[in-house]
Amino acid sequence: MIVVRTPGGISLRLRPRALAVGLTCALLTLAVGVLALGSGDYPMSAADVLRTLTGGGTPAEEFIVHELRLPRLVTAIAVGAALALAGAVFQTLVRNPLGSPDLLGFTQGAATGALVVIVIGGTSTMLSGAAAVSGFATGLLVYVIAWRRGVHGYRLVLAGIGVAAILTGINGWLLTRAPLMDAARAVLWLTGSLDGRGWIHALPVLIALALLGPAVLAGAGPALRLMEMGDDSASALGVPVERLRLALLGAAVLLVSLASAAAGPVNFVALTAPHLARRLTRAPGPNLLPSALLGALLLVVADQTAQRVIPGHQLPVGVVTGLIGGGYLIWLLTAERRAGRL
Amino acid sequence: MRSRLRGSAMTLAYERRTISRELTVDVPDRSFTVVIGPNACGKSTLLRALSRLLRPSTGAVLLDGADIHQRPAREVAKTLGLLPQSSVAPDGIGVAELVSRGRYPHQGLLRQWSREDEAVVAESMAATGVADLADRPVAELSGGQRQRVWLAMALAQQTPLLLLDEPTTYLDIAHQIEILDLCARLHEEEGRTLVAVLHDLNQAARYATHLIAMRDGQVVATGPPRTVVTAALVEEVFGLPCRIIDDPETGTPLVVPAARHRTAIGVTA
Repeated sequence: MIVVRTPGGISLRLRPRALAVGLTCALLTLAVGVLALGSGDYPMSAADVLRTLTGGGTPAEEFIVHELRLPRLVTAIAVGAALALAGAVFQTLVRNPLGSPDLLGFTQGAATGALVVIVIGGTSTMLSGAAAVSGFATGLLVYVIAWRRGVHGYRLVLAGIGVAAILTGINGWLLTRAPLMDAARAVLWLTGSLDGRGWIHALPVLIALALLGPAVLAGAGPALRLMEMGDDSASALGVPVERLRLALLGAAVLLVSLASAAAGPVNFVALTAPHLARRLTRAPGPNLLPSALLGALLLVVADQTAQRVIPGHQLPVGVVTGLIGGGYLIWLLTAERRAGRL
Repeated sequence: MRSRLRGSAMTLAYERRTISRELTVDVPDRSFTVVIGPNACGKSTLLRALSRLLRPSTGAVLLDGADIHQRPAREVAKTLGLLPQSSVAPDGIGVAELVSRGRYPHQGLLRQWSREDEAVVAESMAATGVADLADRPVAELSGGQRQRVWLAMALAQQTPLLLLDEPTTYLDIAHQIEILDLCARLHEEEGRTLVAVLHDLNQAARYATHLIAMRDGQVVATGPPRTVVTAALVEEVFGLPCRIIDDPETGTPLVVPAARHRTAIGVTA
């Protein structure tokens, strides 16, 4: 732990290891990002990519980087960071390492909105909008169901599981109602894909991250750490527990909804990234910023893998995150069991 | 007798179950107040109300004359601390780090770890005897050590008033006395006002300067142990026939339950 103090009474506390993890994630994301911008049907060297990014490219390079590849990359970074940040918040709020938006029903809610649009036949903008709105509405619904003079972690989980089950049923029914072409499109969306994502997909998530990210990290981060110790302890230390929980839940649900709207309900990032971050930083607590940075890296790497693993054929990124995330969980389980902790 | 902390005509209820009606309680300043009473008499509920974990449905808890729920939570937390009955130590947290969380109400975005924070945390760990455990993970500690760490966290909050909800539950007799001695020292040396809920009447009588005896959600008697702990009151509150003798160590009242089974060793019929 490093402490920085200025004569003006400002004091900051930094954890070298968490800082190193965060910085490494950010640098790796940039490196893989440059690689991603240079690869495709028209390969470019890293130097060409950097030249184009700084405004010195040919018109063709400009078009390829700025209009085709950069939006996809930025969407991946923003969606990864948003999902992981929300996941870290959920896990702390419900005090359950499995507290992810999938478990709580928010991704199923976003899917319902998207499926309705697909079945009645709407544009992709309508689809994104519907996913965001219905995801957020599901969050509200779960909160209202779980409310009883305050919301407790396990009640939130139970309400979420119930709502998720109902919505999964509805989603299945909607899928069977869709014509074959639409059903295929719907399944692709449900898997989570970054294919053909443009600025219109990236921007809402970016804006939400820019507004909610600092508020969650700086405004609520320290209080969130206290809420890990139980409502009574946090409250005794001066945290307005119920109000903060509602605000954080709202912010996290909004991030998840917008991320789902941009890339579909990408599997497992929200669940895996915070766990991985905690293992890497070895710091107790929600590890919000390292989680977000790691989530961005995970999704960028997963998207690159999805594009390359089968030559000539792109996998939806959700398939890869599912494989990585699921594999990681199983590895974690065996490692913990070997260490005698589980 | 002045009271910074008061409960005034409170109705305390969970959902539809009402625990107390028109409950009024004064906590004398600089006292070591102990709330006693049988199980389910509402003593923990009273403490939850005083520590603003439970909002009275009518009446109010007043801190320095102002309704505790009308003031910013962080401001209240600088005056009024609480050691809850159950707290969860976050995974992998160390002792010093847990204790330092008690500084939260005094910290801010740009004031994350001042010299004062550092000094107070060190003092609190020294006062509770956990300084040499500073770098140990909380999960590896024994129950008695862990309770001292939680107490250190509450001390680091530096509140003139400190509430303790059954601080000795789950501890063996030696650790119970250790915690209570520690509380008595905090009370005497630092002049803090303490309010604790205790189960053991003899411990309450030995350590408290002021007792609040409760039954069925109501206060039955208040005052110094010498006047409150009488055979008649123990019978009335706990339904336990007993004799009161002087504690040979401290001279405080000692409750000796009447022998109802005359099969004890040495008492042959």
